[in-house]
Amino acid sequence: MSRQPPLTRPRHRSPGGPAVRSRRRREHQRVALLFLAPTVLIVGALVAYPILHTIWMSLHSADGSRFVGLANYVEMFTSPNTRRAITNNAIWVIVAPTVVTAFGLMFAVLTERVRLVNAFRLTLFMPMAISFLAAGVTFRLVYDEDPDRGLLNAALVAVHDSFAPSSPYPGATVRAESGLRSTDDGAVLTSTPVAAGEVVYLPLVGLPADQLPPHAAPAAEPPAGPGLSGVVWRDFIRGGGGTPGAVDAEEYGLPGVTVEVLRAGEVVATTTTDAQGWFTFPELTGGGYTVRLPADNFAEPFRGLTWLGPGLVTPAIIGSYIWVWAGFAMVVISAGLSSIPREAVEAARMDGATDWQILRLITIPLIRPVLTVVVVTLVINVLKIFDLVMVLAPESVQPEASVIGLEMYHASFTQLNTGLGSALAVLLFALVLPGMAWRARVLKRQEARRGELL
Amino acid sequence: MVRSVSRLVALLVTMTLVVGCAGRPSRPADGPLAGQAVEVAAIWTGAEQAAFLAVLEAFEARTGATVRYTSGGDDLPTLLNSRLAGGSPPDVALIGQPGVVTQLARRGVLAPLTGEAEVAVRSHYSPEWVELGTIDGTLYGVYYKVANKSVIWYRPDAFDEAGVRPPRTWEELHQVTRTLADAGVGTMAVPGADGWVLTDWFENIYLRVAGAERYDQLARHEIPWTHPTVVESLTLLQDYWSADRAIQDDPLQLKFVQAVADVFGPRPKSSMLFEGDFVAAEIIRLGMVAVGDGAAFFDWPSIHGSPPAVVTAGDQAVAFTNRPVTMALIAFLASPEAAEIAARRGGFLSANQGLDPAAYPDPVTRELATSLRNADVLRFDLSDLTPQSFGGGTNAEMWRLLQGFLADGGDPQQVAEQLEAAAQRAFRSPA
Repeated sequence: MSRQPPLTRPRHRSPGGPAVRSRRRREHQRVALLFLAPTVLIVGALVAYPILHTIWMSLHSADGSRFVGLANYVEMFTSPNTRRAITNNAIWVIVAPTVVTAFGLMFAVLTERVRLVNAFRLTLFMPMAISFLAAGVTFRLVYDEDPDRGLLNAALVAVHDSFAPSSPYPGATVRAESGLRSTDDGAVLTSTPVAAGEVVYLPLVGLPADQLPPHAAPAAEPPAGPGLSGVVWRDFIRGGGGTPGAVDAEEYGLPGVTVEVLRAGEVVATTTTDAQGWFTFPELTGGGYTVRLPADNFAEPFRGLTWLGPGLVTPAIIGSYIWVWAGFAMVVISAGLSSIPREAVEAARMDGATDWQILRLITIPLIRPVLTVVVVTLVINVLKIFDLVMVLAPESVQPEASVIGLEMYHASFTQLNTGLGSALAVLLFALVLPGMAWRARVLKRQEARRGELL
Repeated sequence: MVRSVSRLVALLVTMTLVVGCAGRPSRPADGPLAGQAVEVAAIWTGAEQAAFLAVLEAFEARTGATVRYTSGGDDLPTLLNSRLAGGSPPDVALIGQPGVVTQLARRGVLAPLTGEAEVAVRSHYSPEWVELGTIDGTLYGVYYKVANKSVIWYRPDAFDEAGVRPPRTWEELHQVTRTLADAGVGTMAVPGADGWVLTDWFENIYLRVAGAERYDQLARHEIPWTHPTVVESLTLLQDYWSADRAIQDDPLQLKFVQAVADVFGPRPKSSMLFEGDFVAAEIIRLGMVAVGDGAAFFDWPSIHGSPPAVVTAGDQAVAFTNRPVTMALIAFLASPEAAEIAARRGGFLSANQGLDPAAYPDPVTRELATSLRNADVLRFDLSDLTPQSFGGGTNAEMWRLLQGFLADGGDPQQVAEQLEAAAQRAFRSPA
């Protein structure tokens, strides 16, 4: 490709015979070696030796004393923990670079049209200035399950509660000794049929005293008949005491509880309790009724999602990774965008192409090399992901969230199994190699092209 | 291993690979060991480090030696291993895992305690504690700081509200929990996100169900984890954990430090928390209630009429060199004087028999120390005695299995079999 004359061919014949020349060449070689020596030494000691030593250790037992052949590699691919780590790494490699690049492209294209481009880009790029450790700690607070602590769940709860109001008595259940039954979803029912003229007692417990509404009045025996009547009350006196299932002094009625009367599975009447917890259905006659307090009286308030639970932990951590790296992708892609010939875009616009068509048919094909560089850089980066997972995943779900890097750390430093740890390191090394080789080739090609331009 | 220090701090320490060295200006001092330098490593940071430094200063003042303290954070064993590999271990280290100490002793890198150090240990500690520091008949360590891990902390105001008194038996604990649930004041917080808390739950039940002898046998894996006593303990554990409303929701997402806040913080969700004496330090750090007033504790209830028993843990001072100054420092750490200096600063329990209980700064600490001293049965934290991959660290199999048991329940017999399989792997491998 290069049109420069090869450097090895001398332009002028040097004076002297072949013997002189070969001596000179030897001298040249000696000098070259002398200059190369420090680099060779440093690279050897800091790169080559550790790699070879890791491979050597990966073929030895946990404490490095016995040669075990490929046993560590067999364990690596058969033990469920490491296999899950490898699967998770695969998910990471497929999802994270793609999404980060997509976001980067989106930001790059959109910010081109914003007025304060640089301020905008700077803001998006800012997370890159934060270490993964700090980002992990921050996102720990974002993802915390408790809406009082976790930002994301606080937002979810706020949105949810503005559409669905919370129940009046969350968590309240029926007193165990009362002879009532409760369904799995929390509804309370009488277990034997009741008839008009009877009084139904519905004692509830599990309610903090401070959760009673201010207008709640002390509960009292409700008058019997006409029709069906009853009382719903908090069957607990401060400091204990009283008879379970009976309306005692100092016990409070629960106002605002929805009460349903069922007959043969059909709701025949509905009402709500008053300040003393009383309810009446004067119009009902006969018997065979069931009284039910529907579950939405007692539904636990919406508490958001368990972001860092076994199911969502990997997507959640990938989310924080995207937050950190999207800015990087945007900056690199923006640089690529600015080198696109304006004529191509303008010509397409003249031809009546829409923005979407321009992006899809002109922009993306033209910056494809840049996109590939971004993706490959991210793939290499994602393969060795460690710190975010270590910091973000709670200990109880670390097995579910584990990646090769984390497994390598735990094998080497918590279980002190350097053999398995080294085997994992070798695997990681082998996985990173193709990407590295590709990047090196691209760089070389770019340099060659630059040389051509000069 | 139990740390009251936030895991976060440990992570920061690990990941930035910073080993905090707390050097202090050395003062010229006279004494028998003037001019000698000695290095000591431990896991302590913050207030605990300050208390330890005060003890070291007293040693310096007395002997004229210079002491350098190195804090290794939670990953002290890793630090020690790399220092040993490099050929320059500290002179003294305080290690929380007896399993690690045993490994180091068998590798021959520890110096047996001799001379004044041995005399000090044998004269100030009860035979049980001396025995805990002895490996294969040789004395290697002395328990400088110990923990009482058989107490359950509670909020007296919640107990008043529900009209219950601290339970003394397992059945009473169930009943109290039910009443607390009925009163709506919250029940037990189980921070299952930290596996070590769950191992402590199991150990307290097991020590009471199976007795001290079987406990020792299980710790050495001389009886299998499928033993009926293990299955019975797991069944009791499950009875409690899965009882209606007995524990706070979603325990696997709850970390220890958060659990303390959920019980003793501004908006309590629960009214009880089981963990060792070090909970007090976290309560003080939160600053919402005063220990002894808004926070109290009761001893772990007796099961089937078991005698008072305490699961303990502690940091053992061991020597890597046998220089006179090393032995002098160990002898000093084993002395009542050193225990008194640390005890006065709070957050410290000692097993030293020569220590006057009046040195403890508050009645709660004194009570904790008394309950530790009065226990008929005293046993070391079982998970810390087992190999690290089984009982002693993130991802340890016992931690994981108990976390799964807490979250999903399951058949105790089956969990026992899984524990046994994991124990067989761990006890077989030399690591």
